[in-house]
Amino acid sequence: MSAVSVVSAVEVRDLRVELGGAPILDGVDLTVAPGEWVTVIGPNGAGKSTLLRAIGGLVTGIGSICLLGTPAAKLRRRDRARMVATVTQSPVVPPGMAVVDYVLLGRTPYIPPLGRESDADLAAVREVLDRLDLSGFADRELATLSGGERQRVFLARALAQGATVLLLDEPTSALDIGHQQEVLELVDQLRHDHGLTVLATMHDLSIAGEYADRMVLLADGRVAAAGHPREVLTEQLLARYYRARVRVVDGEHGPLVVPVRAAGTRVRSAPS
Amino acid sequence: MIEARPGPPAAARAAVGEPRGTRRRPLRPAWLAAGVVAVVVAALAGLAFGPVGLPPGSVAAELLNLIPGVRIDSGLTEREIAILTQLRLPRVVLALLVGGMLALAGGCYQGVFRNPLADPHLLGVAAGAGLGVTAMITLGVGGGAGSGDVTTGLPLTIPLAAFVGALGAVVLTYLLGAAGGRDRTPATLILAGVAVSAFLAAGETYLLQRNADSIREVYAWLLGRLATAGWHDVLLVLPYAAVTAVVVLLHRRELDVLSVGDAEATSLGLHPRRSRYLLIAAASLGTAAAVSATGLIGFVGIIVPHTVRLLVGASYRAILPLSMLFGGAFLALTDLAARTVAAPAEIPIGVVTAFFGAPFFVLVLRTAKRVVL
Repeated sequence: MSAVSVVSAVEVRDLRVELGGAPILDGVDLTVAPGEWVTVIGPNGAGKSTLLRAIGGLVTGIGSICLLGTPAAKLRRRDRARMVATVTQSPVVPPGMAVVDYVLLGRTPYIPPLGRESDADLAAVREVLDRLDLSGFADRELATLSGGERQRVFLARALAQGATVLLLDEPTSALDIGHQQEVLELVDQLRHDHGLTVLATMHDLSIAGEYADRMVLLADGRVAAAGHPREVLTEQLLARYYRARVRVVDGEHGPLVVPVRAAGTRVRSAPS
Repeated sequence: MIEARPGPPAAARAAVGEPRGTRRRPLRPAWLAAGVVAVVVAALAGLAFGPVGLPPGSVAAELLNLIPGVRIDSGLTEREIAILTQLRLPRVVLALLVGGMLALAGGCYQGVFRNPLADPHLLGVAAGAGLGVTAMITLGVGGGAGSGDVTTGLPLTIPLAAFVGALGAVVLTYLLGAAGGRDRTPATLILAGVAVSAFLAAGETYLLQRNADSIREVYAWLLGRLATAGWHDVLLVLPYAAVTAVVVLLHRRELDVLSVGDAEATSLGLHPRRSRYLLIAAASLGTAAAVSATGLIGFVGIIVPHTVRLLVGASYRAILPLSMLFGGAFLALTDLAARTVAAPAEIPIGVVTAFFGAPFFVLVLRTAKRVVL
């Protein structure tokens, strides 16, 4: 058992990714321990999504990526899919597809290329639907669900994949604040119950800091800061890399980031 | 982790009631049976009706007589038997094959391109196949095809020429459609297909102009050749149709996975590009075989898969096999209409399919607008 805990869930060393000749990531190191929740933050265009896509095998780069101790380059796609499940930023909702059929797609890495799903696959899907309170939606068309319900279905598909590493790219960007909390609480609960490792990107810094064990701040394709949310979410770092004026307040579960308008910039209407 | 755990105990499952959806098969046996019945009924109708009416019961008896060892007295005269087995049967079988291929190819293209408007004709594939055949006939390549009479059957190389033309056209359409970038809608690809079709038609006209002596031969073929169908044509189409059907039907689950997009499909362990190329090639081969046997028959690839989708849902595992069955039945019945409505004259079958297909296309276009791809 001790040998297992030593192996990182995700280990990225000196990763460089170029898209169309332009470097998106340059010399990125990242380690995620099993069972840990790490959230990647950074301004628009910093390379957050690309980092997740590289770990998920959707883009190739130079450098090394190890998943549960195995070099990702040596993994067949199906084997990688059994270890890492990705929920992309805005997953495609296939028209006319029922929730149960969508979640069943998560079993693809276990179904022979030209075969069909087994009873074990169907049982796994049923269990995931139960776990996420989606059994009542099983026959509903995915396209007819609300944003929060859909996000739960996307998570269900990723869980049905049976992977221990979850990559979540902006899992809450389409949700209102209540549903953001609901979805993130669910992810955290699943992480504890099933021993999952979570690597996410997020825009909302306060919420990101409340759920992450550690945070990584990316800027211009490089790691600008990494560590406990208290070490990353500082007024200085956010001012420097986001060009943002914020106040950081201590919260119960982590620092809370409050945007503040600069003094004297407010345009007053002329007195009549 | 989740896979290893056994499901809830059977008793508990029975108590809460089996969630209906999780046991559902994408392709219900009842629908499969309906498809087979449709094929049988369409075939019997196609065999029984015509200038010489044959009782369906006798037709069925004669069909059973084709099985070695079976001997039933159908009550048909020798001449009627000849009409049945040498004229009508190959025609009906060819209609079933061609209809099945066009519908299967249409459904397959719709999945591969994630585009409800995709169809062998609208993508320019059929025009490409047509140009391939025209080039072969006019240029006289492939064993003196230019001097032969089409009614005696085409050389075996014709489907290959059609296949090359079909693949070229679909690649061209796809590249042109992809030039639309991220803003493209389902209609962009179809506009590209229209442009490619027009371009290929121009090439075809040029070829005919330069080789006026083979115009008659090419036109006889272009207008649809079901009227002159013989067993030769059936044997010509059959191997290509079989390859297409096997390849496409084996990959029908992958088409469901592809419907969530390439990124998700990759993270689910698939090679989307590889699957896509293979399926495009297979669908184009089926289209080419159909076109080289019967000329240009439009809209089957739109009408049939969409009707099937309305009936059985969005899973390609149900849509593809059922499209093949209902597509065959549809074309056999359309052919029956084409040769009986204005009897003794025959309406070209492509005219009949277009008559039903064009309004149908407008319906699909109206619903497709809402699909975000």
